[in-house]
Amino acid sequence: MNERFDLKNARQERQLFLARTTIISIFVVALLLGLFARLTFLQVETYDKYADLAQGNRVKLSVTPPIRGLIYDRNGQVLAENNPSYSLELIPEQINDLPLTIEALSKVIPISEKDIKKFHKKRKQNKRFSSIPLRNRLNPTEVASFAVKRHLFPGVEIQARPLRHYPYPELTSHLVGYVGAINERELKQIDPVNYRASRYIGKTGLEKTYETQLHGNVGYQQTENTAQGRSIKVLRNAPPLSGADLHLHMDIQLQQVAYDAFGERTGSVIAIDTKTGAIRAFVSKPGFNSNLFVRGIDQASYSALQNSTKRPLFNRALRGQYPPGSTLKPFMGLAGLESNVISSSQKIFCPGYYQLPKQTHKYRDWKKNGHGSVNVHDSIVQSCDVYFYILAHQLKIDRIHDFLSKFGFGKRTGLDIVGEKSGLLPSTEWKKRAKNQVWYPGETLISGIGQGFNLTTPLQLAHATTVLANKGHAFKPSVVAKLNNKVIKPVTTKKVTLAKPQHWGTIISAMHDVVKGARGTAKRIKTDAFTIAGKTGTAQVFTIKQDEKYEEDSVAEHLKDHALFISFAPVEKPQLAIAVIVENGGHGGSVAAPIARAIFDQYIKTTPTE
Amino acid sequence: MSWDIQQTTRVSNFQQTKGNLFERLHIDALLLFLLIALSSIGILILISAGHEDVGLINRQAIRLAIAFIAMLFIAQIPPHILKMLSPWLFILGVLLLIGVLLFGEVGKGAQRWLNFGFVRFQPSELLKLATPMMIAWYLSERRLPPTVKHILFATLFIAIPTFLIAKQPDLGTSILIATSGIAVLFLAGISWKLIAGVAVSLGASAPILWNLMKEYQQRRVLTLFDPESDPLGAGYHIIQSKIAIGSGGTYGKGWMQSTQARLEFLPESSTDFIFSVFAEEFGLVGCIALLALYLAIFFRSIYIATQAQDTYSRLLAGSIAFTFFVYLFVNVGMVTGVLPVVGVPLPLISYGGTSMVTLLIGFGVLMSIQTHRKLLSS
Repeated sequence: MNERFDLKNARQERQLFLARTTIISIFVVALLLGLFARLTFLQVETYDKYADLAQGNRVKLSVTPPIRGLIYDRNGQVLAENNPSYSLELIPEQINDLPLTIEALSKVIPISEKDIKKFHKKRKQNKRFSSIPLRNRLNPTEVASFAVKRHLFPGVEIQARPLRHYPYPELTSHLVGYVGAINERELKQIDPVNYRASRYIGKTGLEKTYETQLHGNVGYQQTENTAQGRSIKVLRNAPPLSGADLHLHMDIQLQQVAYDAFGERTGSVIAIDTKTGAIRAFVSKPGFNSNLFVRGIDQASYSALQNSTKRPLFNRALRGQYPPGSTLKPFMGLAGLESNVISSSQKIFCPGYYQLPKQTHKYRDWKKNGHGSVNVHDSIVQSCDVYFYILAHQLKIDRIHDFLSKFGFGKRTGLDIVGEKSGLLPSTEWKKRAKNQVWYPGETLISGIGQGFNLTTPLQLAHATTVLANKGHAFKPSVVAKLNNKVIKPVTTKKVTLAKPQHWGTIISAMHDVVKGARGTAKRIKTDAFTIAGKTGTAQVFTIKQDEKYEEDSVAEHLKDHALFISFAPVEKPQLAIAVIVENGGHGGSVAAPIARAIFDQYIKTTPTE
Repeated sequence: MSWDIQQTTRVSNFQQTKGNLFERLHIDALLLFLLIALSSIGILILISAGHEDVGLINRQAIRLAIAFIAMLFIAQIPPHILKMLSPWLFILGVLLLIGVLLFGEVGKGAQRWLNFGFVRFQPSELLKLATPMMIAWYLSERRLPPTVKHILFATLFIAIPTFLIAKQPDLGTSILIATSGIAVLFLAGISWKLIAGVAVSLGASAPILWNLMKEYQQRRVLTLFDPESDPLGAGYHIIQSKIAIGSGGTYGKGWMQSTQARLEFLPESSTDFIFSVFAEEFGLVGCIALLALYLAIFFRSIYIATQAQDTYSRLLAGSIAFTFFVYLFVNVGMVTGVLPVVGVPLPLISYGGTSMVTLLIGFGVLMSIQTHRKLLSS
C-alpha cells in the first residue's frame, strides 16, 4: 500500500517536474527572444549610429603644421627664417619610473623645479602617448650631452621644432614684424582646421599682413589607433603645404645704412623706388629685438620696451603722424601755379611776418628779418613762410585740400602692411565734421606751411615725393616683390595731370636748388656724383606764444621741433625718393638731409646704372 | 502498472544499444558534440579577441582539455554516489567560503572579475554545483511538493553560500548560485502562491538589498540606466560594448575584423565582454546561430532531466540546465546593456579556467545521470 502510494507519488512528482520543465523552457525561450530583440535593436535598428561611433573610435586624425614661408630682402638675404629649436621631450607612457628618469636626466641636462612643474601640468592636459616637453631651448652642448646618453633613456627624445627667427631683428622689427603664440582673440578668427597644429601667428608687420600666405596649409594623417592612442596603420596622408616665401623690395644693406644714419636719434625713413613704387628702405628708429616676442616676451623686458621714452614699439614709418612743415611747400607751390593764383616769376615781399587784413596777429616767418622780394623758386629754396602764407590765403583751404589730396595726403597709400595711418589733410568740411567748427582764415595760413591740422606719415610724404619726382605718374608703394616666386606687378596710382606741365619743372628745379643753390637750406648734402632735389622742413612739436622766440636750447629734448627732409635723385631721371623725419632733430637741413644723402650714396653705389 | 511496463520497455531498448562506445564510456554523444562545437567557437573568437596571443590560446586550450577530462571523469560517477556526497560537498564548500572570508584572500574591488585565474582555487566555484546538489538531495529525501518547513530550510541552504559569496564581493557568482538553488525549488514544485508571495516580498525588500550593495555595485546599476553620464568611467564598458555589438550589423565585420576589440577600445574583450567581439565580427546572424547552439545545449540538458529516473537526478539536472542558460542570459544581457555589469563570463567561451571546469563538471553530472539509468533500474 505504501509502495503503491509512493509509486503514485513518484508519478505525480514526475508529472509535476515535467510541467515545471515546460514552464522553464518557455521562460528560457522568452528570455532568448528578449535577447534577440535587443540584438536586433542594436545591430539593425541603431546600426548606423554604432557603426559611426566605432569608426570614430578607430580613426584618429593627427595634424602636422605647415612650414612657415621665409622672408627675403631684394638680394636674397633672409629676414625671417625657421630655426630648429631643440627641446627635451618625454612620452610618460613609455617610461617605467618617471621621477627616477627625470632625476637621472637632470644630471645630464640642467632641469629646474619650474620645468618639472610645467611638465606635469602639460602632461595632464595632453593625450596619452603624446610627447611632452620637459626642457625647451636646449643649447648645442646640452643636445650633444644628451645624445651620448640617449640609449639610457627610453621614451625620452630631443625634438627639433621650427622656431621663427629674425636675423636682423632691430632693422626689420617694424617692417617684417613678428609672430607670437596664438591668443584667445585670434583663435576665434582663424580657420580652426588650418591652424590645428599651428602654435604661432603673425602679430605685426608683414608677418601679419601676409599671414594667410606665409602660414601655408595644415597636413593631416588619418591613422587607425588603439584606445591608448597608439597608431597602427596610416589610412590617409596629406602632407602639409608650406607657406609662400616673400621676397621684398627692401634692401637690408640700404636699410642698415639708413638705420645707422640716425645715430642715437629717433625717427623714420622711407625710400621708394620711383620707377615701381618699391619700398627700398623702411626704417622706424629705434627698432626692437623682435625675436623676443616669438617665444613670448617676459614682463620685465616688455615693460622696458613700453616705458622707453624712445618708444621702440611705435611704428613711426606707418603710424607716425607728423606735421609735414615746409616739406609741403613744393606741393603748395604747385597748387598755386596750377590754380593760376601765382605765376612762376611773380614776386612778393617778405618782411618776416604776415598779417591778415584787419587783424593784428602776426604770422611769423622763421627768418626774423624776412627774405625780401621772393618768387616761388626762391621761396622753396629759402623756405620762405610769408610767401606761402599769402599763397594759402589766396588759394583758400578747400582748394589746397583738393589739390594736395591728389598726391595722397590725408589718405592711406595702401601699402601692403597692415596698420597704416591716414594722416590728415584739413578742409572746411573736415573741420565741420570732426570738430563741428567753422574754418578760420588764420588756419589756412599755417596749413600753407604744413603746420596746424596737417598730419602726414613718413610713408605718405615719401609717396607724394615720388609723384612729384615722376611728374604726376607714380605707383602704389609696395613692400613685397615676389610672393612664392611670383612677381607682383606694380600698381599705378591715379596720374596727377597739370594744365601746364612745365610747372613740374619749375618746382623740381627749385627743389634741386635747395641742395645745389648757394642759399639752399640743404646745401650741405650737395654732391658732384649725382643731382639731388629736396626740401627741408621743420615741424613744430610745441607752439610758442606770440612774440616769444623759439629758443632751441631752452626747450626740452622731446619738445624740440622735428626735422624733415624730402628728396629724390637723380633730378633728371629720378630713381629713388626719400622722406626723412628725425624726431626732435631741429632743422631739416642739418639733421634730416644727411640721412637722405647717406641712403642715396648707398643706393647709387649698389644699383647698377642702366 | 502501466508505468512499470513502460519503464521495462525503455530499459530493454537501452540494453539493445549497450554496444555503443559512448554509452559504455558514459558519454552523451549529442551533448558532447554540442559542447565541443561551442568550445571550438570559443577558441575561434578568443584568437581574435585576445589579439592572437598564442600563449593565451594555449592556456585556454589546456584548460578546455582539463575541463573536458574532468567532465568525462565525473560522468563515470553514478548519480547515487553524487547524491550521497551532496551534503558533505556543501558543508565543505561553506566552510571554505567562511575560511576565505576570514583570511581575506578575496576582495580585489572592481577589478576582481578580471582574475578568473587558473591556478587560484575559488570555493565559490565548488558551491556552484554543491548548492543545487544539496537542495536536490534535501528535497528528494522528502515528499514533493515540499512543505513550507522544507522550503524554509532549503531557502536557508541557498542563502548561506549566496550571502557569503555576495560578501566577497562576487555579485555575479552569488546570483548564479542563488539561481541554481531556486531552480531546484521551482522544479520540485513549490506552489505558485508561494512564488507570488516571495516575488512580492522581494520587491518590497529591494530597497534594503540596495543598501546592502557595495558602492561599486550600486554605481554599476546606476550607470546601467545612463551609461553616457560617465563615458570614461563606469559606463565606458557598456558604451564600448554596445558600439562593438551595434557596429557588427546584420552580417558582422568578419572574423578577426573587430575594430573595437582589436584596437583595445573594448575592455575585458577576451573575458566578460567576449560576446561583444563575437557580435561585432559575426553580426546578428552569427548571434542567432550562437544563441541557437546554447539553446540546443539547454534543451538537450532539459531532456536529460526529464528522462532521469530519480527525483535527485531530475532536480539536479534541471537546475544545471537552467543555470547554464542563466549564465548566458546574464552575460549577454550585461554586454548588450539590459542588465547590470555583474561579472558573469560567457559560458564555455570567455577566457578563464575555473568557471569552465565547473561548467563542464556540471555537464559531466548530466552525462552521468543520462548514462547510468540502466544501472539504477537494475
